[in-house]
Amino acid sequence: MLNPDSVGRTFNGAETITVSQSQINSFASVLGETKTDVAPPTFSIRITLDQMQKILSGSEVNLDWSRLVHGDQKFEINRPIKAGDSLTCSSTIESYRVAAGNEIVTVRGDLFSGSELVVSTWSTLVVRA
Amino acid sequence: MVNFSGARMIEVGTVLPERVFEIDRELLVAYANASGDHNPIHQNEEFAQSVGLPNVIAHGMLTMALVGKYVTDWAGGSASVKEFGARFVKPVIVPAGEKVDLTVSATVAEIKGDRISLTISATSAGVKVLGMAKAVVLK
Repeated sequence: MLNPDSVGRTFNGAETITVSQSQINSFASVLGETKTDVAPPTFSIRITLDQMQKILSGSEVNLDWSRLVHGDQKFEINRPIKAGDSLTCSSTIESYRVAAGNEIVTVRGDLFSGSELVVSTWSTLVVRA
Repeated sequence: MVNFSGARMIEVGTVLPERVFEIDRELLVAYANASGDHNPIHQNEEFAQSVGLPNVIAHGMLTMALVGKYVTDWAGGSASVKEFGARFVKPVIVPAGEKVDLTVSATVAEIKGDRISLTISATSAGVKVLGMAKAVVLK
């Protein structure tokens, strides 16, 4: 079970992730997107979900990542991600509830380039009973 | 940017042309590699069934990424998308050796300032796979 003391808290990711053109190209290519000057709108998920997993599955928060399904997802894109961006991710556990034994947690991920907020994401994750 | 010239009239209620994407196991492998999501429910039939799924399912985020492609193509590029959200209501089931459809359409819900809101429909094999799917794009 998720540690209830973590609800409402923001966890700053320790890593800076530098986006490469080849990462954008490979993501775009799956979608048949040939314009790769900026990343496709959902590209940031490959950064935020990985960063969230590191924080949420750690002993401090203790979410069981092995039984997780994705409930919903939202993006607010201040500007598109492009190659060369060096991004940090802060994850905020915005809400948490248990319904029929399922744990339902909504995590906001904010991707920053320095002090500039580039993309905000909201992921609702469900740990199945 | 959306081109308002010529015959393309956009107003609230305008229905965008439907488009069908094909999803197969190869695409799931490609998306796993591009996204870093290597959950075996998207690759391995035995594993998927062992956790109660009918078969291998597509990544919800692959479905959403393809719908994102539909939106960006209409809006004139990835840089035009400002907001995008959806609920994963049913999985896209991808049996071995088959190509399954992801059928996408959208309607203009609101035009406000420089922004157009779309409500989006996404189905596979006739089943609604995304709920509350919405995007906001720049005109």
